[in-house]
Amino acid sequence: MNKILFSSISKKFVMALAGLFLLMFLPVHLIINFMLLKSNPGPFNEAAHFMATFPLVRIAEIVLFCVIIIHITWGIMLQIQNWLARPVGYVSGSKAETSFFSRFMIWTGAIVFTFLMLHFFNFYFIKIGLVAGNPEDFYSVAHNLFKVPAYDYIYLSCFFLLGFHLYHAFSSAFQTLGLNHRIWTPVVKVIALIYAILIPIGFASISITLWLFR
Amino acid sequence: MKLLLKIWRQKNAKTKGSFVSYQMDNVSPEMAFLEMLDSLNKRLVEEDKDPVAFDHDCREGICGSCGMYINGHPHGPVPAITTCHLSMRFFKDGETVWIEPWRAKPFPVIKDLIVDRQAFDKIQIAGGFISVNTGSAADANSILVPKKNSDEAFNSAICIGCGACVAACKNASAMLFVSAKISQFALLPQGRIEAIERVRAMVAKMDEVGFGNCSNTGSCEAECPKQIKLTNIARLNREYFKAY
Repeated sequence: MNKILFSSISKKFVMALAGLFLLMFLPVHLIINFMLLKSNPGPFNEAAHFMATFPLVRIAEIVLFCVIIIHITWGIMLQIQNWLARPVGYVSGSKAETSFFSRFMIWTGAIVFTFLMLHFFNFYFIKIGLVAGNPEDFYSVAHNLFKVPAYDYIYLSCFFLLGFHLYHAFSSAFQTLGLNHRIWTPVVKVIALIYAILIPIGFASISITLWLFR
Repeated sequence: MKLLLKIWRQKNAKTKGSFVSYQMDNVSPEMAFLEMLDSLNKRLVEEDKDPVAFDHDCREGICGSCGMYINGHPHGPVPAITTCHLSMRFFKDGETVWIEPWRAKPFPVIKDLIVDRQAFDKIQIAGGFISVNTGSAADANSILVPKKNSDEAFNSAICIGCGACVAACKNASAMLFVSAKISQFALLPQGRIEAIERVRAMVAKMDEVGFGNCSNTGSCEAECPKQIKLTNIARLNREYFKAY
């Protein structure tokens, strides 16, 4: 049974499913974040309150945490195996024509993970009482953070790199699930590109607007 | 042409290797790459030195034994050919040419540029075959196969098992090789009978011998001398899911 669950293809299958779940979560987060642009803190705080209290969302939150942990753990596990499979590298490097973004998935993933930890510290830890702050006023917490230029630089850099990660992740997940098609695979690649551009731009636009114009 | 060769020299699997430089002053652009190495070896033998060990057999691009990593590419910088088909006219006068063996844990170096590719044999033995009764050949038209399937199966079957996909992959993954071997049977009715056992056994063996995991970078497809497609890997994944 372990051989099946932890075979190379099964591990990648789990990674792909977890990744697709996270890809679905990002637009939801972005839509809520757009409420930060309103001058009235009410809608954003109400949405945050709803997300923190509604039972179904709480269940989804647990699923989300599990998926994040699985995606990261499996990703590290696969990467270590990949490094072990080539203990001696090439002196002349690799000049193969490959997808540029696919070569740095572990590193872009690691940077996104670091940002996620910072994000948890700034918001989730307030919610669960580990860090001082008002969990009913995340609007002000977010606005205050975006006033700090250093935070904005980190935020924008991380979403720029997240775009790289998402572009390969999106189309790669379909290939891993065996969904490769003469007509549809190029379409998936175009959607992946659009998604990988729009999502980071969406998050970045909120940061830039609040930083420069509020 | 004048070339500076930087060749990986390693006495055996237990010793450490290093690059040794060889100046080649009279290389003809009409020479094949392996002929150029032959001329180097002739010189080394005349100088009472150990010739460079490299694998080769058919020199017709069929056997897949002449794999070596040349200037950052398996089988050299020209797409869709093996090293034995590589001509010296693709190199520039005065160029430095780095020649390395395949690098992967399941392909240990035996000597110089020769690696042990028995890991591929082990995967094939695990399930890369169909079980049929021996005897006289069956009538060719007794089992009808759609043209599309037979073409795709043939395009997978032309994999020569040279190991360039493993050499090119940043993860040293053998997924393109295994997927080609799975596909050539999965697409034909004769291969469907043992499809479940085949994919289970071949993937288990691939993992056991220590190849890396596919991360869909596509370098295997880009460097494969027989242009085996990534669609085979998607098919392998489908076959694997269907088997459980």
